[in-house]
Amino acid sequence: MERLSFDLACPGAPAPRAPPVVVGVVASGNLEVLVEPGAAPGTCRVEVATSARGFREIWSAVLDDFAGRHALSGLAVSVNDAGATPAVVSLRLDQAVEEYLGGAR
Amino acid sequence: MTAAELLLSLFPAGHSVREEGSLLLGSGASPEGEVAVLGTAQGLEVGAEEALALAAFVLDVVRRHPARPLLALLDSRGQRMSLRDEILGLNGYLAHLATALELARQRGHRLLSLVYGEASSGSALALGFMGDEVHAVEGARLWVMNLPAMARVTKIPLERLAEVSRTSPVLAPGLDNYVRLGAVESVWQPPLAAALLQALRREAGPDRRSERGEERGGRLLARRVAEAVRGGRGGGG
Amino acid sequence: MSDRGIRARHSYREATARRRLAGLLDEGSFRELLGPEHRVTSPHLAALDLPAAFDDGVVVGAGLLLGEPVLAASQEGSFMGGGVGEVHGAKLVGLLERAARERPRGVLLLLDTGGVRLQEANAGLVAVSEVMRAVLAARAARVPVVALVGGGFGCFGGMGIAARLCDAVAMSEEGRLGITGPDVLETTKGVEELDASDRALVWRTYGGKHRYLLGEADRLLEDDLEAFRTAAAELLRVSARPLDLEELEREHRQLGRRLAEFGGAADASEVWRAAGVERPEALPLLEAPEFLRAVAGARRGGR
Repeated sequence: MERLSFDLACPGAPAPRAPPVVVGVVASGNLEVLVEPGAAPGTCRVEVATSARGFREIWSAVLDDFAGRHALSGLAVSVNDAGATPAVVSLRLDQAVEEYLGGAR
Repeated sequence: MTAAELLLSLFPAGHSVREEGSLLLGSGASPEGEVAVLGTAQGLEVGAEEALALAAFVLDVVRRHPARPLLALLDSRGQRMSLRDEILGLNGYLAHLATALELARQRGHRLLSLVYGEASSGSALALGFMGDEVHAVEGARLWVMNLPAMARVTKIPLERLAEVSRTSPVLAPGLDNYVRLGAVESVWQPPLAAALLQALRREAGPDRRSERGEERGGRLLARRVAEAVRGGRGGGG
Repeated sequence: MSDRGIRARHSYREATARRRLAGLLDEGSFRELLGPEHRVTSPHLAALDLPAAFDDGVVVGAGLLLGEPVLAASQEGSFMGGGVGEVHGAKLVGLLERAARERPRGVLLLLDTGGVRLQEANAGLVAVSEVMRAVLAARAARVPVVALVGGGFGCFGGMGIAARLCDAVAMSEEGRLGITGPDVLETTKGVEELDASDRALVWRTYGGKHRYLLGEADRLLEDDLEAFRTAAAELLRVSARPLDLEELEREHRQLGRRLAEFGGAADASEVWRAAGVERPEALPLLEAPEFLRAVAGARRGGR
């Protein structure tokens, strides 16, 4: 397992407080994403535990794109990954945030 | 230790337990009164017929001998593994045996289990582990799977499994591991009749195995996780 | 006029553990206990450098079913094959103990599991045993416990025993139930005993239709979330099995008859034929409603 941490710069409006949300499953080629309040304003903290070692650069790129798509300031995102492709990772991240924001309404 | 030796040691005052088809059925005399005895010998793999015979014995004790203690003696390699038993729904037969034992418990019969040979899988679950207390004698072999087979099935290198097993009681076969996990309450030393008598004199309580696992350092989470979900006294939610 | 043909079907089998609960319980009613944000993961998987799941593969909590309070657990089969480890098992135990305390309308166990989680071996075995004791304790407290089996991983190993400790079992035709599952049976006894790649054989032996006909399952459902919801509510209303001598002796006679009638069968289709099904070879092809009609006279057991 490899553990990676990222602090994403999120200059936009703070994300609302809402109950934690988890999407996805920890199965081969898949991942689970947990979104909850918990980072300092202006950042989004992402913790990744992944069974696929050596992909820090790719995670970094995927997460930067992700931060560009949503207003994530103040959120903590935690991932258990079992070897998902970047496309599936992006999908789950989006699903998780959308469900989290849905719970805030 | 053979079943015959075990029975002599448990019931020096005499017993009527017969071994037929590797099933043990009968009763033994103790200072606390007659004790109903059921179980397996020769590493028997328990199939539908055997499960039904064991259940029949339990139901008969419940019907004819109110409050008589039941002692389960286990030497079994697990459930019988056959297509024919799966077609018949062996899981249902084993569940019936476990339910019969629970009925006895609810009706005030003391349930004790003693592993003296092998214990694994379906027969451990349906019989051996159903006691108010589960004990074992030296030399008892409890297991889920040997490490080489586990390595093949899980694709985890054997060296890794062996290394983890040096400090964790979770993976490798072994009586000590099961004691540490709280699955086995204690290892009885001779004279077994005395250990049996002490156990018969203790009152039945709730399932304390997760508490034991925590006390002994083998399972640090089970008790508190169950408590957190259960709620009420000190729990969450 | 029925709108059954118009309503979209949502596969129970394809759904995740969480989605199944959402589809089963009243909308918005589910409150998870010890949810993923608590991160109570398995220390034993970590020791083997294996990925963890925040909920250790089982979702437990409280909700409403047709307005009545229930407790529910849903196993995620795709995580470690739904295997029961220390934490996973303890969540189930805690839920059942909570039920004995709070006396809800009932407990729903959405089982999707190969049994003991091999990567936690001994701890998994004692955990399954503790789950079994807890199911029986809930029944002794007269709280109905209903097992739902319809996931892709079936319900095998010790959890196959646990399922049959429940007051009732509802299965879809997709579901499978047994103790020694097809892969383990082939690995241990050889392909001559059972060819695990023979899907038709596997479903004849372990599948919902055979289990229903045998009396191992109380309901045979379509692979549909709504069908499971309806069945769960119905079974909680009608199906408590008393834990008393009379009931157990009745079940004992039933199991004895089953052995006497079908103990010589080499294949489930022989069981169906012996039970009086006119065209046993057609059963696997029938949709649930037609299947139920076809076996109405032949079915054993019956609640």
